[in-house]
Amino acid sequence: MTRADPNQVTPSILYLDGIEVSFDGYRALRGLSLTLDKGELRAIIGPNGAGKTTMMDIVTGKTRPDRGTALFAGSVDLTKLDESEIAELGIGRKFQKPTVFESQSVADNVLLALSGPRGPWSALFGLRSRVDVDRIDAVLAKVRLLEMRDSLAGALSHGQKQWLEIAMLLAQNPKLLLVDEPVAGMTDAETETTAALLREINAEHTIVVVEHDMDFVRMLGCRVTCLHEGAVLAEGALDAVSADPRVIEVYLGR
Amino acid sequence: MINADAHAILDRRSKLFLIILAVITAWVVFANAVIPESSQFHVSNGSVVLYGKYLTYALLALSIDLIWGYCGILSLGHGAFFALGGYAMGMYLMRQIGTRGVYGHPVLPDFMVFLNWRELPWAWVGFDWFIYAAIMVFLVPGLLAFVFGWFAFRSRVTGVYLSIITQAMTYALLLAFFRNDMGFGGNNGLTDFKDILGFSVQASGTRLTLFTLSALALAACFVLCRIMVASTYGKILVAIRDAESRTRFLGYRVEHHKLLVFTVSAMMAGLAGALYVPQVGIINPSEFSPANSIEAVIWVAVGGRGTLIGAVVGALSVNAMKTAFTTGVLAPYWLFVLGAIFILVTLALPKGIMGLVDRLMAAWKARTRPVAPPQPETGA
Ligand SMILES: Nc1ncnc2c1ncn2[C@@H]1O[C@H](COP(=O)(O)OP(=O)(O)OP(=O)(O)O)[C@@H](O)[C@H]1O
Ligand SMILES: [Mg+2]
Repeated sequence: MTRADPNQVTPSILYLDGIEVSFDGYRALRGLSLTLDKGELRAIIGPNGAGKTTMMDIVTGKTRPDRGTALFAGSVDLTKLDESEIAELGIGRKFQKPTVFESQSVADNVLLALSGPRGPWSALFGLRSRVDVDRIDAVLAKVRLLEMRDSLAGALSHGQKQWLEIAMLLAQNPKLLLVDEPVAGMTDAETETTAALLREINAEHTIVVVEHDMDFVRMLGCRVTCLHEGAVLAEGALDAVSADPRVIEVYLGR
Repeated sequence: MINADAHAILDRRSKLFLIILAVITAWVVFANAVIPESSQFHVSNGSVVLYGKYLTYALLALSIDLIWGYCGILSLGHGAFFALGGYAMGMYLMRQIGTRGVYGHPVLPDFMVFLNWRELPWAWVGFDWFIYAAIMVFLVPGLLAFVFGWFAFRSRVTGVYLSIITQAMTYALLLAFFRNDMGFGGNNGLTDFKDILGFSVQASGTRLTLFTLSALALAACFVLCRIMVASTYGKILVAIRDAESRTRFLGYRVEHHKLLVFTVSAMMAGLAGALYVPQVGIINPSEFSPANSIEAVIWVAVGGRGTLIGAVVGALSVNAMKTAFTTGVLAPYWLFVLGAIFILVTLALPKGIMGLVDRLMAAWKARTRPVAPPQPETGA
C-alpha cells in the first residue's frame, strides 16, 4: 500500500491524500491517496463502483471531498476551486459517457476546446485567425476525423465521439489529462490506435487513463493503480499488479 | 473586429428577412402617406399604430429568443424589462406635458398634484431631457438584468427554477408599481401624453415615424443578435444551452457568458417597451403582469425557437390572430385560443412555424430535383 509521502509533494503534478467522499451515507472514496509525477502515464483499473470516476470528479472540481488533500502542481489546492478555474489551471477531462456538443459541427467542438482566452468579449471581438483553423484541422487529423469536420457531432458513432473528446482534450492542451474509459465501444483496431495516440500525447502531457479493457492497459505499458472500495488496493507494473492475489480476487478473477 | 464572417452574420435567410421587413415598412409608409383615403389600399392611422405595436412585440420576442433559443435561459419575466423601458419613455412624455395638464401645475404631473405632492421625486429628475430618458431606457432594464443575473447565474440557478424566479421578479414589480407612493402613477400609470421631441404624438407624421423607427430598431437588433450568435460567442452560448457543465470543464465561466447575453437581451426588451409606449399612448403596471411575459414566450415557441426570424414571425402572427379574435364575437375566448395554439404547436410543430418552413422547403427541393444524377454506385 503506497501512502503518499509528503516529501514527494514537490515533484508530483497531482497529489491526493486521504480523500473521503460520501453520497447519502455511501462512502464512495475511503481515504484515497495517489501521487502522479509530471510526464507520467498512469492507468487506473478496478471493479465497477470502485470510485475511479469519483476520483476524477474530485480532481476536476465536480465533487468536493468531505476530507483530504488534493494538490495540483505541488501547491494549488484543488478543493478550493470550481470547474472552470481548474480547467484554466490546465486539467482537461474526457468523460466516461462521451459528452460532445451534439448540435454543433465537429470542427466547432474542437474550436470551443481550443486553448486561448475564455471570456465573452474575446469570443465576440477577438480575431479569428487562420492559425486556429490549421490547429483544428491538425488535431482532427490526429484522431482521424478530418473528413467529418463539417458534420454534426451528434451524427458521429460512439467510438468517433470518444475520439472527438480526445481531440478536444488535445486542442485544450492541458498539463494533466484525465481520460475516463476511452475505448468503450471501440473495435480492436480502434483500441490499438487509441493506445498509440495516448502514448504519443504522453510525450508532452501527463495522463491518467481509467479503463476496464486489460489488453488496452497492456498496450499503454505504464504503471497501474488498482482501486477497490474507494481506496488504492495495489500499485505498480501491470504484471505485478495483475499477479496480486487481492486484485485477482476483487477484479481480474471474476 | 467581430469574430465572425460577414456572410455568416447575414446568411441568405437573414438577408431575405431584412428585405421583406424593409419592403413591408416602405409599403405601409407609402400606403398611409401617399395613397388617398378613398382607396381600398390606404392604410389608416389606426392601423399604422397597430402595426407599430406589433413590431415592438416582435422586438420583445427577438430578445427572448436570443437567450432562450441560443442559451437555454427561459425567462418568464421579460415583460418586466419591456415595461421598465416603457416607463422610462413614459416619464419623459409626462414631463413634456408641462403646464398643459388638467391642474396646469408648472412642474408636477397631474397625478402628483392630485396626491398633494410638493416636489418632483428624485427618480423623476432628468426625465425632461430626451437624451437622459433614452439612456435610462437601456440602463434601467440592463442594470436590473445584470444584478438579477449576477446572483442567479452565480448560484447556478437554471431551468424551471430560473423561470420561476423571473416570474417572481416581474410580479414583485407589478405590485410595486401599483403603489401610489412609488411615484409612477399607481394603477393608472402614465398617460395623456402630448408630444415627443416637440412633435404631437397624435399627429399622423409622428405615428408613421414611430412605426418606421420600430422597424429600424427591429432590424438593428436582429443584426446585433446575428452578430452575437454567428460569432464564437454564439457557439459558446449553444454549448452552454446543450451541455452547461461540459462547457465549464472546458474552462468557460458560464455565469459571465450568460450575464452578458441576458443583459443585452433585457436592454433590447427595454427598447421595445420605449417604442411601444408613445404609440399606444399609455403605460401602466399591468404591463408587468406575469401573463404578459408568458404570452411573449409563446410567440417565440409558435414561430420557432432558436431561429430569431421565428420569434418575429411568431409575434406578428399570434398578435394578428389576437386582434382578429378580440375584435370579434370570440373575444372572451382568446386565452383559450392562445392556449390551444400553444398546445397544438408544441405537439404538431415542435420547431414552430420556421420548422414547418424548413420541412416544406426540403420537400420542395426534393420534388424539383427528382432527375438529379444517381449517386455513383460503389462496388459491383
Ligand atoms: N453523484 C453521485 N451521487 C450518488 N452516488 C454516487 C455519485 N457518484 C458516484 N456515486 C457512487 O459512488 C460509487 C463510485 O462510483 P464511480 O462512478 O466513481 O465508480 P467507477 O469506479 O467509476 O465505476 P465504473 O467502472 O462503473 O465506471 C458508486 O457506488 C456510485 O453509485
Ligand atoms: Mg466510472
